[in-house]
Amino acid sequence: MALIGLLLSHTLAGAEPIPQAERRSGFDQMSPEIQAMQRDDGANPGMLAVADGEDLWTKAPPSGGPACAGCHGVASSTMRGVAARYPAWDARTDKPIDLQGRVNVCRREHQGAEPLAYESPDLLALTAFVAAQSRGLPMAPPDDARLDPARAEGRALFEARQGQLGLSCAVCHDDHWGRRLGAAVIPQGQPTGYPLYRLEWQSVGSLQRRLRNCLSGMRAEPFTYGAPEYLALELYLATRAAPLPLESPAVRP
Amino acid sequence: MIGHRGRSARAVDRRGVLAGAAGTALAIALRPAAAATALPRTETTESAIRRFAGDNPIRPGRVTLDLPPLVENGNTVPLSVSVESAMTPEDHVRRIGVFNEKNPQPNVITIHLRPGAGHAQVATRIRLADTQRITAIAEMSDGTYWSASADAIVTLAACLEG
Amino acid sequence: MARTLINVPKTAKPGDTITIKTLISHPMETGFRPGTDGRILPRSIVTEFICRFEDEEIFRAELFPASAANPYLTFTWVATRSGRFSFTWRGDGGFDQTESATITVA
Repeated sequence: MALIGLLLSHTLAGAEPIPQAERRSGFDQMSPEIQAMQRDDGANPGMLAVADGEDLWTKAPPSGGPACAGCHGVASSTMRGVAARYPAWDARTDKPIDLQGRVNVCRREHQGAEPLAYESPDLLALTAFVAAQSRGLPMAPPDDARLDPARAEGRALFEARQGQLGLSCAVCHDDHWGRRLGAAVIPQGQPTGYPLYRLEWQSVGSLQRRLRNCLSGMRAEPFTYGAPEYLALELYLATRAAPLPLESPAVRP
Repeated sequence: MIGHRGRSARAVDRRGVLAGAAGTALAIALRPAAAATALPRTETTESAIRRFAGDNPIRPGRVTLDLPPLVENGNTVPLSVSVESAMTPEDHVRRIGVFNEKNPQPNVITIHLRPGAGHAQVATRIRLADTQRITAIAEMSDGTYWSASADAIVTLAACLEG
Repeated sequence: MARTLINVPKTAKPGDTITIKTLISHPMETGFRPGTDGRILPRSIVTEFICRFEDEEIFRAELFPASAANPYLTFTWVATRSGRFSFTWRGDGGFDQTESATITVA
């Protein structure tokens, strides 16, 4: 409770992004047992989704359009590093796009298939499979000036106090990471493991799902899935995390 | 008799206990809706253990039970049990029963082993509704029963899904 | 069909103790939890897991609602000869699935 008081009394001007050398994955703060669960592909329940995604990758949609593999070939080489460069700029819509969005653009435009719903098992499986191809590579969001306005908006959202508790993302994850909020150690909130298997969810979920949980924890109204605010936050978080390595499918408590 | 601690080095210290209690209070404060509804238990732990072991004496020892002393999320808790045994046809572990104190149902898992396994060593993942003691009991091929227990403190993370 | 991940070494030397790991995708709905409408969701769990080597049962587990979602089990076996392991999960609602993996012992 003392920490809550501290968080509330903290001045607005205090939030400073974490310097590159001090960036840490939430993995480092987990118990050895949960770390072991993530490390071992035979034990990591997120690998069930990756295996589903591998099947979807090679299966042609009912529309008769090509399978993902029909255009992109063997994912272990063609998709290596791709997830590390998302969100990216989508020239067709003149907007930032995340990996989920890219999968759905491909479905619509190249496969003649319906877009998959946010948090649907198939979309999570496909994004987990693609993201897993970049495991161990550093987060490297594009250095594209067209993304700068959204990135700045993401940072502003991250640092703005919101919700009934008057908290911001930055107050916990920039200023007080490593300290305890009750029994839990506050992580830096680095998005290196998504989609990931959360023990709380008992399933795989996206970064947007986690951001919704954060917002409701702060007693703020979550945005709807796919909202531009999430894109902006995802973009800022990727920049804020670089060059930490990708871990998907990570395991988190 | 069955409340023996099989895990020696992993005793939970007082600070951990306090942190756990504070965590519960805070998590409730940060949670949009607390959904915990206590249900009556289907059976007592003692009764479930007696259905497993009958009236036979259960002695502490030979069993090692490992689970994290401080559980980050009670939905998925890694648990491993091993029993000292050569797992030969003459001398082996027939069954291992694992029991909880505070879940709605006292049984956690029952394992049946065969000679030729090499080791009596299993791992799985369990659910813990609350901070509680877990007990593992091994039934040996000679009809004796051995046990170990371990305590797990279940904490709640902040900002859970509402 | 539920997704399974089965980890059995492809090869072993006679007398090696091997570790077998299995994961299966299953919600393990406890039967004690209310749904969004306030009513208790019906129990839907895997109740039994059996591993056989060449049709001989070598490991069995009885599962309860206290098993975590996506049940994970590891155990050991001494490799003596080449052959086929089969893995069967049975549960509520007629759930019944069998997978297999082979090992070469030489």
